[in-house]
Amino acid sequence: MNSPTTATSPAPLGAATLRAAPLLLALLLLAVFPAFGAKFYVDLAVKIMILAIFALSLELLVGQTGLVSFGHAAFFGIAAYVAALLTPKSEAASLWIVLPAAVGAAAAYALAVGALSLRTRGVYFIMITLAFAQMAYYVFHDTPIGGGSDGIYLYFRPDASIAGLRPFDLDAGHTFYYAVLACLVGTFGVLAIMLRSRYGHALAGIRVNEQRMRAAGFPTYAYKLGAFVLAAAFAGLAGFLHALKDGYVNPEILSWHQSGAVLLMVILGGIGSLRGAILGAFAFTMLQELFQWQAIFGSFAKHWQLMLGLTIIGFVAAMPRGLIGLADRLARRH
Amino acid sequence: MDLATFLIQCLNAVQYGLLLFLVASGLTLIFGIMGVINLAHGSFYMIGAYMAYALAPWVENWLGGGFFVTLAVGIVLSVLLGYLLEWLFFSYLYEREHLQQVLMTYGLILVFEELRSLLVGDDVHGVQAPDVLSGSIPLSDVMSYPVYRLFISAVCILLAIAMWFVITRTRLGMRVRAGASNREMVRAMGIDIRLLYRAVFAIGMALAALAGMIAAPVSSVYPGMGGQVLIICFVVVVIGGIGSIRGALVAALLVGVVDTFGKVLFPQAAGLLVYLLMAAVLLWKPEGLFKVG
Repeated sequence: MNSPTTATSPAPLGAATLRAAPLLLALLLLAVFPAFGAKFYVDLAVKIMILAIFALSLELLVGQTGLVSFGHAAFFGIAAYVAALLTPKSEAASLWIVLPAAVGAAAAYALAVGALSLRTRGVYFIMITLAFAQMAYYVFHDTPIGGGSDGIYLYFRPDASIAGLRPFDLDAGHTFYYAVLACLVGTFGVLAIMLRSRYGHALAGIRVNEQRMRAAGFPTYAYKLGAFVLAAAFAGLAGFLHALKDGYVNPEILSWHQSGAVLLMVILGGIGSLRGAILGAFAFTMLQELFQWQAIFGSFAKHWQLMLGLTIIGFVAAMPRGLIGLADRLARRH
Repeated sequence: MDLATFLIQCLNAVQYGLLLFLVASGLTLIFGIMGVINLAHGSFYMIGAYMAYALAPWVENWLGGGFFVTLAVGIVLSVLLGYLLEWLFFSYLYEREHLQQVLMTYGLILVFEELRSLLVGDDVHGVQAPDVLSGSIPLSDVMSYPVYRLFISAVCILLAIAMWFVITRTRLGMRVRAGASNREMVRAMGIDIRLLYRAVFAIGMALAALAGMIAAPVSSVYPGMGGQVLIICFVVVVIGGIGSIRGALVAALLVGVVDTFGKVLFPQAAGLLVYLLMAAVLLWKPEGLFKVG
């Protein structure tokens, strides 16, 4: 949890461009992908990008601030529900209302949850965030506001019209794909810049030694709360996009399984680096898809979770520092 | 709510709470002593329940049958399984960070669930309570209380007393307590800490499996039953204070009461109440009711 990170340490310019190269390459690939990929794979890419935003938001908490939240799915789910509930049954809602409302709702819940749970630490923090997420889960599961355990449909993606202009149409062609890509790039950019700012360094300081940061005059509680709310807002963005992608939300997206899965992505990729979170989301989804592939596993594909579980166990045994740690180790060898 | 209903709900609350205690005590022991967050603990409960279902025909064939023989066989198997699991997986986790423990035990959950699905299938099954305990005690003209539920409570109380005795009055318990407070010192005193850990883990696993076995006739066995219990038990452990057996008992009863009466009085918010309780306790005492150390 307290492992030093390489992501925030300054690097010489040549090394910086070298480090940016794989990212730029990935971005380029993603930008041209819809032109080549079949619909199934384009949809898969959208799913991965949305999960990557979700994982990035959790990485801000787990990897950068040292706060292990086991209830991050609540913010994802709340935003998704707000998007679905604000959309009328017969027409599209305005994007410029639904998006801020969805993200705002997630952030508002995070403000309340964070203000209370940041009083605790360690395992207790893990558990209290879980408790608040379970509360949100039961609100949507047991009460009729969101269709109960059946969930609700969202029939129309929001309309982007503003002041008589219509800059883009989320239903047309690959617009939604590029919108998700833009959100991913935006999330990564905002977090990367923020982590290089004074605030980001203060968060890293809190992760390593909170007592000392407090003694140095930093309002650590407020800083952590800020990170918590910001992370929830990005998780909300991911949840909002998820609702638009599927056109359907159910309580399972708030369940502890979802919180566990996103935590897995972050750990899988490697804690302490933003690109690790993206890599983790990619690896986790691809493993899921691979093990569900009937052409390889036949009827055994039904039991894909067995393979996933064994892979995770083997992974913990062999790669304690995540995929990004493996990449670093290979890079150092050359 | 008349008196008989109230009495029945009280008995139900205590029975549920005691059953939770049985699972949670293993969880809190494993966490308090070995420092391992074991997400797979709910799977042990699930394994126990499925053993009660799947072992019954075998026991019938080979040993002449009977619920209690099945219980005994199940306990022996779960101790062995716990010993094996500790040796294969958990002994590697002691020096690792909490997050890696979470990750590996999450993987174990997936493996256990799928193995269950491969071996027994995904259907819901009922388990027959033994004939001796299948009666019920009349409380009023229309209401009665099943004897089997009293049996569950009695087993749990006996085990709680046994656990208290072992931990406070025996040499093994002394070593366990010493191991919890200072691992290195215990090792330096010449006690085989690996064996101690293995024993504690196997006992914790057996407690969870036993809870699953005796709960099976009441709750029936179904996929996903482990996950449900796991989360509630974490709530219990956290409310009680991690590592504290006494805390686990108090918290389990508290959760039992809140959950049982919540379902009667506020059916709409029943799922929520337990978590509300946990949040309230943690805000009042951020390290649980009975902080250890």
